[in-house]
Amino acid sequence: MNGLSLVNLSFLKNGPYSLTIEAGECIGLIGRSGVGKTQLLRAVADVIAHDGDCVLNGTSYLSVSPPEWRSMVAMVPAESFWWYDTVGSHFDSEMERYDSMELLETLGFSSDVMNWQISRLSTGERQRLALVRTLITGPKVLLLDEPTASLDKKMVDVVEQLLADICFLRRTMCIWVSHDIEQLSRVAARVFRVEKGGFTEETC
Amino acid sequence: MDVLSLSALDLSLAAILVVLLAITSFRMGLGLEKRMVISGVRMTVQLLLIGVVLKFLFANASFPLVLFLSSCMLLIAGYEVLARQKRKLRGATGYFISTGSMVVSSFTVTFLALTVMVGVDPWYTPQYAIPLLGMLLGNTMNGVSLASDRLTTEMYNQRGMVEQRLLLGHTWQEASGDIRRDCMRTGMIPTINSMAAAGVVSLPGMMTGQILGGSSPLDAVKYQILIMFLIAAGTGFGVLTAIWLISRRLFDDRQRLVLDCLGSPGKS
Repeated sequence: MNGLSLVNLSFLKNGPYSLTIEAGECIGLIGRSGVGKTQLLRAVADVIAHDGDCVLNGTSYLSVSPPEWRSMVAMVPAESFWWYDTVGSHFDSEMERYDSMELLETLGFSSDVMNWQISRLSTGERQRLALVRTLITGPKVLLLDEPTASLDKKMVDVVEQLLADICFLRRTMCIWVSHDIEQLSRVAARVFRVEKGGFTEETC
Repeated sequence: MDVLSLSALDLSLAAILVVLLAITSFRMGLGLEKRMVISGVRMTVQLLLIGVVLKFLFANASFPLVLFLSSCMLLIAGYEVLARQKRKLRGATGYFISTGSMVVSSFTVTFLALTVMVGVDPWYTPQYAIPLLGMLLGNTMNGVSLASDRLTTEMYNQRGMVEQRLLLGHTWQEASGDIRRDCMRTGMIPTINSMAAAGVVSLPGMMTGQILGGSSPLDAVKYQILIMFLIAAGTGFGVLTAIWLISRRLFDDRQRLVLDCLGSPGKS
């Protein structure tokens, strides 16, 4: 079966959450602060302990190694972290650096961005670069935690269009967390409200 | 040449220097005077006690007695390693890890030195075994505790970065590699520095003691060289073991960073 299924996923005192996403589909998650939206994404990415199952294209997360799962189901956190001095050092190979140039241009970066110092980046630049850093690895599922929170209106439109194209062209699935219901109604086919005990579908 | 015996008055005069330092610390508001006095008293009592114990042990050399005293020293060293950590592993795991790495770093190296290099018969002769083990434990304890403390603190402080790397599909070894290497260096560098400075900047304690005790300087130097190599190797392997065991504990079987196993600063 193609798609991502969350089967009775529960963590801490939240859940169970069940949901099926089809290939190429983007779904939105909304909910009050502190309800556990970010933790839900972290559970799907398997970086926190949880019960229940996550199944991608018929394969349970338990039957693949954690790094392999996180490469396929990649999360872009709201706050990105960097550990080398320059942008380029965070890309694993020359091939990745080359391949990312088109994405970087789309997101408004000049060709010398790879030499930029991380310490001089603005919050918005970090957010866009973190998105590129994940997209270049070619994940099958994107878990996006408020991916446009630090961007201006023009750049929000660019990111929304870019992600819509990626979902359509690569058949990438997307779970998009946001507090902006209007944005979710633009980018997501379905929107769910996250409660402590599960999902309720929103009508946008 | 017989060693000149020190009287209680000689030791008291030396102690007065520390008392003067404590008074200065008090006047300057450093807040170290209480710890200074307690440590001085502790050191005196502990050394006098071990003097009596060693005298008894040398007179009644037996393997069970040597093993008993060595085990006591090891268990205390394991506790001291843990006590110096800001964020300790909860429960008994932290103690087992620190004690386990001290076994690797000190016990095995001392055993190797006694049986192969020194070649004393029997190998557990307390005049050799206890001082060698004591020097190794004392020095490796510092390296292991420095490295362990730094590892738990850095993993906690840099948890966002480690998790970011995990999210990018890095293995736990890759995600924590920079931190672990940094901690290993922290644990080993003091020993490497002391090797480099030995004989030029400092005359190491054991060699000084042997010379004061009447040994020929060349014999004392040979023993010091042996000890320095043993300490370097012991500290290095002890640090590697401790870092590996603690790191494994900080990631679960799904390679998730698990910081719940660390206590709050100052708590166990």
